[in-house]
Amino acid sequence: MPQTFAEKILAKKAGLSRTVPGQIVEITPDVALSHDNTAPIYGIFQRMGGERVFDPDMHAIFIDHAAPAPTTKHAENHRIIRQFVAEQGIEHFFDVGRGICHQVLVEEGLALPGEVVLGSDSHTPHAGVMGAFGAGIGRSEMASIWAVGSLWLRVPESMKITVNGEFLPGVTAKDLALKVIGDLGADGALYMSVEWHGGAIEALDLSQRATLPNMMAEMGAKNSYIPPDAKVTAFLAGRAKRTFELVYPDPGAHYAQSYTYDAQSIEPMIACPHKVDNVKPLSDVAGTHVDQAFLGTCTNGRLGDLAAAASVLKGREIAAGTRMVVIPASSKVYLEALQAGHIETFLEAGAAIESPGCGPCMGNHMGVPAVGEVSISTANRNFRGRMGTKESEVYLASPAVVAASAVAGEIVHPKDL
Amino acid sequence: MDKIIRGRVWKYGDNVNTDVIFPGKYTYTVSDPKEMPQYALEDLDPKFADGMQPGDIIVGGTNWGCGSSREQAVVCLSEAKLGAIIAKSFARIYYRNCLNNALPAIVNPEAVDAVENGEIIEIDLSAGEIRCTGGTFTFPPLPEAVMEIFEAGGLIEHTKEKLANQQE
Repeated sequence: MPQTFAEKILAKKAGLSRTVPGQIVEITPDVALSHDNTAPIYGIFQRMGGERVFDPDMHAIFIDHAAPAPTTKHAENHRIIRQFVAEQGIEHFFDVGRGICHQVLVEEGLALPGEVVLGSDSHTPHAGVMGAFGAGIGRSEMASIWAVGSLWLRVPESMKITVNGEFLPGVTAKDLALKVIGDLGADGALYMSVEWHGGAIEALDLSQRATLPNMMAEMGAKNSYIPPDAKVTAFLAGRAKRTFELVYPDPGAHYAQSYTYDAQSIEPMIACPHKVDNVKPLSDVAGTHVDQAFLGTCTNGRLGDLAAAASVLKGREIAAGTRMVVIPASSKVYLEALQAGHIETFLEAGAAIESPGCGPCMGNHMGVPAVGEVSISTANRNFRGRMGTKESEVYLASPAVVAASAVAGEIVHPKDL
Repeated sequence: MDKIIRGRVWKYGDNVNTDVIFPGKYTYTVSDPKEMPQYALEDLDPKFADGMQPGDIIVGGTNWGCGSSREQAVVCLSEAKLGAIIAKSFARIYYRNCLNNALPAIVNPEAVDAVENGEIIEIDLSAGEIRCTGGTFTFPPLPEAVMEIFEAGGLIEHTKEKLANQQE
């Protein structure tokens, strides 16, 4: 019987010939991803009676959520992580400044096709850009994996989203993701595996593709997958840390839901306060004043995102009464943006550049808004209080729109600058 | 674990996210579970943290607990001895976190519609029943693999037992 990607990969990992939605399987992940929460997870691990981790090579640990440390308390958290990493002999450890976990996992060749990544972070589906099965789990679950090496998973139903045709100039994967989330709602793919197919997806570069599985967390998905093609295998050549096996869904597999979009029909979209599925066409909210524009995050802090913003900012200045914060998703992205001249463009336009990491995305530091302020951001979440105070508003948009809005001091389409 | 839960209902809407249940700014500064209840639902219902009593029951709409994977959004409630959460549906990581912390998470859209905010209701976990003024509603038992964790008192205890058995 033909199987979807999720059914097939979970069967493979569980040592079964096939699985069906709803089935509970026990699997050992290829990667156990944790970030600043590694320290509290270590505490849980010890409460479980854990001494040595099941497999040090399974771990990928990043300090990115509040990095470099904004307070002594955060610094102490980081110190515990470094101590844990040294004690357990964990090789794949990425300290302050290297960048956001999901981005760095891909750059380091640790997110591989046909593998399972479980992460104590809700945006772990991001790894699906490489054809991996990535799913977010809780802290206790992560501690349990460290201790015994495995975890139960329910085989999800699958959703197939096919995008045909070509995107219009200036329209990005972010706009597509927002459009789909707006259409289907914040629980549109609850517990499901979301697969992306079609010519418009194949035509996207990897930087843009990554935005799609990343944002499916906002639709409730368990994981999200893009079939790995030649772009993926070329990217992984000389980079992959392990040999891997490409896994594809079978033709004729059963999908609980299927949707088809025409790329040409997608226009620049924006998620309005305070829900990611409160999505409107950009034109509906044009003219809204913004106090701060934030370019960065695992959703849109890659080189292509910075390039799109830089092309808008080139030769322009950020509006008086508005500020802009730019945080490259990783040190590698930072370096490439520097070499390409984008960092110079941002500085000349008047933006503040911060060290790679999550920054103000969840309200930790490096650009949290004041009470009553409005932000426009390239991030994936705009929940009330997300950036630090519940008395502020966050709009989510693509990098070019965020850059254009910084220049105009209000939400605007780049072509209207 | 108590098989009968009886408490006052705190009723909320759809898509209540983890940022309003346990704000992100506390995720790396509040690490002791005992300190977490005082921040529970801070950005959703400022009256909750002081007003809730052990055994009380949260009733939510669809997609309760969407957003971040932060387990504190469950621990701040389980640590306060919340009796259960009944919702039309749960975000998946939140649901897993509930079961892993032995906090009953019950999916029952009909009961959610029938229950009034502030009323006292009863949940019978072994019979799989929710009893309220609006009627009695049934729910299926948990899958076996998950029940094991639940009965151990949560994943921490369950893994502890597993590890101890391995070492014997």
